[in-house]
Parts: sequence; structure tokens; C-alpha cells
Amino acid sequence: MTSTVADTVTVTGRNLRRLVRVPTLLAFATAQPVLFVLLFTYAWGGAVHPPGVDRYIDYALPGIWVLAIAFGASQTGVALADDLATGMIDRFRALPAARAAVLAGRVAADAVRNAFVLALMTAVASAIGFRFHAGAVAALAALGLALTVGVAFSWVFALLGLLVRDAEAAGIGGLLAVVPLVFTSSTFVPIATFPGWLEAFARVNPITVTVDALRVLCLGGPAAVPVGQALAWLGGLLAVAVPAAVGRYRRATTA
Amino acid sequence: MTTQPAVDAQGLVKRFGAVTALAGVDLRVPAGEVLALVGPNGAGKTTAVRILATLLPPDGGHARITGLDVVRQAPAVRRVIGLSGQYAAVDAYLTGRENLTMIGRLSGLRRSAARRRAGDLLELFGLGAAADRQSRTYSGGTRRRLDVAASLVARPAVLFLDEPTTGLDPRGRLDLWRLIGELAAQGTTVLFSTQYLTEADRYADRVVLLDRGLVLAAGTPAQLKAAVGGDRLELRPRPGDDARPLAAAMAGLGPAPPSVDPGAGLVVVPVADGPDVLPEVAARLAAAGLRIAGLTLRRPSLDDVFLDLTGAPVAPYPADAGSAS
Repeated sequence: MTSTVADTVTVTGRNLRRLVRVPTLLAFATAQPVLFVLLFTYAWGGAVHPPGVDRYIDYALPGIWVLAIAFGASQTGVALADDLATGMIDRFRALPAARAAVLAGRVAADAVRNAFVLALMTAVASAIGFRFHAGAVAALAALGLALTVGVAFSWVFALLGLLVRDAEAAGIGGLLAVVPLVFTSSTFVPIATFPGWLEAFARVNPITVTVDALRVLCLGGPAAVPVGQALAWLGGLLAVAVPAAVGRYRRATTA
Repeated sequence: MTTQPAVDAQGLVKRFGAVTALAGVDLRVPAGEVLALVGPNGAGKTTAVRILATLLPPDGGHARITGLDVVRQAPAVRRVIGLSGQYAAVDAYLTGRENLTMIGRLSGLRRSAARRRAGDLLELFGLGAAADRQSRTYSGGTRRRLDVAASLVARPAVLFLDEPTTGLDPRGRLDLWRLIGELAAQGTTVLFSTQYLTEADRYADRVVLLDRGLVLAAGTPAQLKAAVGGDRLELRPRPGDDARPLAAAMAGLGPAPPSVDPGAGLVVVPVADGPDVLPEVAARLAAAGLRIAGLTLRRPSLDDVFLDLTGAPVAPYPADAGSAS
């Protein structure tokens, strides 16, 4: 067990080093989230007036977190597919290292990256008017829940990356999964504005469930039910994706 | 302990869909020996290495490394092996030193030991100057050397090298073989694959010839060459001349028919005793009115063994293994 932790730390360190050395990864981690905050606030903020909030950014930031985190999590799959293609996974698998360490180290590095992304986005949003309205504990819970969203999505994308075995395909697959789910949810607009059939889907969309929970933690209101629902969704995702990804990794072969 | 082979594989079978990559392969490597697995593309070399290195479960047969089963005792096998795969698998964005230290940590070395081992290997492989540059700045040969160094981090008892000289220049090849020789002298068992019979001839204690998933022949280079027997007479036609009349004129000279090596443009005639047949060669040339540009008499090479067993030289084989089933 201790060796699993030590091996995970080693692989995490390797991935974090890459993160700061690969220009495109660094851009994904910094420029893109900041752009999201600014673009959605200024481009849509004038048009969308959700009921019960004074400033659109107070409504939108929890959703923008999830968008940025979901895009970030899709990089988990891209990186693993790349490791498969370049033979790194073969090298790791022939070592006596713990089996789950390569995947866990990947997810952990992406969680560190997401923590940085969340802090950066929240700082930029605060500079243009965003405020937490439900106190420090709820604010920390919101950030913690957002990080958990990232971890759950990372495992799902890890599975995807190991299945498609091609970095480019993993990137496109991630985009195709994230964009429709985010835009058919309560991320940017209240789902009551959707046509009936779409509203029905949006209501059960896991992104809606998690964004609603984050929003309650940021804006205030009864949090127990939405947060419980979000945790149930994320727990379910993890319960399926983690064993499936680890199982896939054990049999992973270079394409 | 000493009688236990380092590698003992029996009846290995591996299929990928309709393609049979291995059709029942036996391999046995005594501890401390250097074994070459030789064959054309698609012969099954990489598949065999991947099974022995626990990366791929066989569909049939079984294999033991130092007595440990590669499927049921895979974690233990990984503690005694080192693997350098067909492509240099090093992290492009880490420095050489960081790559080796990471492998050391994942092999169970403590941090300080992993650092020390990385430093020693960088020195041993002449990578000192490049040690602290990211490996994406390395040349192909330097990357390859780092990759082989990475397979040695945990001082493996059994080392698998899949086409290790691919991408190396002649100097790099010589350095690598010198190092492999030193490792073997210290008791490391080495199994390497190659497409080049000359490498097997020169650097392996024993050779296994693999073709279309089957072992064609196994033995020391000398044994294999002796099995082919006799000498090889090579006749070089004059520039522009057709080699075929020359081959026809030499028919019946030796125990096997002459063959034309289209790559080298030579007529190769297996003969029982080279010097004895020279007058007969001259007589036949004169009788047929043929002239030649050159004549060489040599001992058989492993290439001749392969040619003899398959009817085709190693190199021009098609890359697909689809016809083997």
C-alpha cells in the first residue's frame, strides 16, 4: 500500500513536470480558463438575467468552473493515449510499480492542475465582481466539490484514452463528450428556458446536478439535497470508471 | 539454482484475430547466456519478447523467468527483468537524469539510491553531457541509449532488448554491444531480437531463428552454420551481365543448387569443399564462354542458414504475418 502511494507520487511528479514544460498544456491550464471567465461574463452577461441573482458572473462562475474542469479532465485521456502510443505505458507495466499508480498519478496531477485552474478563475472572476454569498465554509465546500468533479471526469476520460489509444482521437472524443453535456445543462442558462424535451434531459444531466449543487454553495440556499445528489452522481461515475480504467490498463497494449 | 534456466518458454501461442503471431514457440536460455532471436518483420520476435516481459498473456503454452511464471507471478517477474522495447520509450519532456531517477523510484529504489544509480548509468552510457537536457532534444541514437540505460536501472537478472540497435549509428552499435558483453560477463542473461544475422552471429552465444511464428532452428552460430555445411562460392557477373546463365552453368557443382542473390547481384553456390572445385569452376566458365568480375570463397554465414531453411533471404520478407495460420 505504501508503495502504491510512493509510486503514485512519483508518477504525479513526472506529469506535473510535463505540465509546466509543454507549452500547449500550460495554455490549457492558464489562458483557456481565464478566457472562459471573461468571454462568458462579458459576451453573455448582458443578455442572460437568471432570476434571483444580481450579477450574471455570480450565476455563471460555478458553471464555468465545470466547463474548464471538464476540458481539463479530457486532457487526462489525451495524455494516457499519448503514453500508450509512445511506449511509456509498456515501460511502466514492465516495472514492479503498483498497477494503479500510473493512472492515479495521472489523475492526481490533473487534480493539482485543476486546483490551480480553480484558484486562477476565481481570482479573475473576483476582480470583475464575483462574490461568494454563502460564507467561507460553503465556498470551500464548493471548491472541494468542483475538484471532485474533476477527479471523477478524469477517471472517465482515462478510460476513454485507454480505449481509443490515440491522443488525437482522445482529444476529439473528449470535446464531443463535454460540449453537448455542458450546453444542455444549467451551466450557462436556467434550464426552464429550454424546450420541454431538452429540459427533461437537462434535468437528469449530471452536469446540471453538479452545477446546481455548486451554485447553491456559492449563492446560498438549502444545500443538502443538491450536494447529496451531486455526490451520488460522482460516486457512481467513480465506481464504474475507476475499476474499468484499471482493468483496461492491465491489458493495455500499444496500438 | 544454477540449473534453473533464466528463460524457459514452452509452446507459446499468440493470436491477434485471424493472425497467428506465435504458433508454438519454445525458448530456453540458461542463466548468463546471450540469446539472439532472429527473424524478418512479422516473425513474432516482438510478440515473444512482450509475453516474456509480462506485457502480453499468451493464448497457449507457458513461460517462466528464473522459475517465475510470467502470467501467475507477473509482479515477481517484473522485479527480475529489464525491458527495452522496440521504440525508445523515454519521457521527452523529462531530462535524461529525471527519466532514470523516475524508473529507479518505480523499481523500488529509495530516492537517494535512485539518484545515485541514474548518475552511474548516465556516466556508463556516455550521457553525462546530455544528462540535464530534456530528452526531446536528443538525437535518435542518444534517446536509444537512454532507453537501454532505463532498462538497466534495477540491475535486472534477465534483460530483454527488442531490436536494440535500431536507430543507432555504427559507433553507437559497437558501444552498445560492448556494454551488453560486459553485462553478460557479469552474469546478466540477455535476450535480444534483431533482423540482422550478423549481429546474432557476432554477439550471441546462441541463436533462435524465428519465421512466421515458428522456430526454424536453434543453436550456437557455429552449430547452425555447420548444419548448412560446406563452403559458399560466390561468383560476381561482369557489370551489365545477367546472373542466370552463370547460375545455370554452375548447376550440379555442389550438393545444393546455385541461387542468385538479387540484392548483391551474386550467384551463390554451396559446395562441399571450396578449393577442390575451383578447377571445375574455371573449366565450366570456359566451356560456357562466360566471364566473371569476381570470385569469393567463404564459410557459410547465418544468412545462408536462413536462406537454406526458408528458401528466401531475411530482408525481403513481407512485413505481414497474415499467411501464417
